[in-house]
Amino acid sequence: MSAARNTNVDSPELVPNGPAAAAILSAGIGSFAMALITVLADRSAAFKLLLTFSKPVGPLSGVTTIAVVLWIAAWIFLDLLWKRRDLRLASIGWVAIVLFALSLLLTFPPLGDLL
Amino acid sequence: MEITSHSFWTLIHGMGFGALYLLAGSGALIELRHRFYPSGANQDRTRGRFLGWYLAAMAALAWLTVLTGTYLIYPWYRTPPPAGTANLAAYPRAFLLAHPSTSAWHSIGMEWKEHVAWLVPIAITMAAVVAIRHRNQLAHSVSLRVTLQSFVVLSLVAAGIAGFFGAMLDKAAPVDGGAQIQIVKEYGK
Repeated sequence: MSAARNTNVDSPELVPNGPAAAAILSAGIGSFAMALITVLADRSAAFKLLLTFSKPVGPLSGVTTIAVVLWIAAWIFLDLLWKRRDLRLASIGWVAIVLFALSLLLTFPPLGDLL
Repeated sequence: MEITSHSFWTLIHGMGFGALYLLAGSGALIELRHRFYPSGANQDRTRGRFLGWYLAAMAALAWLTVLTGTYLIYPWYRTPPPAGTANLAAYPRAFLLAHPSTSAWHSIGMEWKEHVAWLVPIAITMAAVVAIRHRNQLAHSVSLRVTLQSFVVLSLVAAGIAGFFGAMLDKAAPVDGGAQIQIVKEYGK
């Protein structure tokens, strides 16, 4: 166990970057899911009602719970898929950054309302 | 000197967890910047470990901020007033929406704040896990460092937006009420 750890410390290139890529992309997916659900909830009163998991908190409780569940699910799925793979981290990083930046913009109500 | 319990928790949420997150963010950026210029393998390892746990502390702050904000303070903010209530000061959401000059603080400010704040723990939890699990790769991979640095910056932007609107909303329509907490009984009389 300690030998394996030492190998990783001295030879980082031996560790696949797939799990890091999975964590990064899933953060982008989770953020974008949050923005998308927010926009959809603003479009439909029925959907908004469905998202009211907690009455005192209102639809925000459903929006955030679903987004967090989707984020964790995407993370687990991608981690299992990529745990032994080496991927182009730069491309995946940029996709995740763009998704996150879009989420920042889409949650801004005047922009979300344009969709 | 007294404070209400609702004001006290608003203070803990904003000035405690939220403001501390913003302050910690600048430290994280400096630490990530240091890693662009590694000055020795041993120092790198120590720094990598430190960075991971530093980001984990920031993630804890981010989660505490959104959870207290969403499940403790937001319900007080959005409590509907009983029918026929003339003075809406104790009902911040209704108070803001009742006046055309203040309604945008809710419809833009609070609506953006309540959602954008939740992007912060997602970004910083990812950054913390990656910095802890892949700290050796972090010292060697420029892409990984650039991505992590970008996510820390974006999380600070999101936290800044939430913090700004939180402060402005609390000025326009403070969340107040609950039990009185006495801080100092009498002073300078």
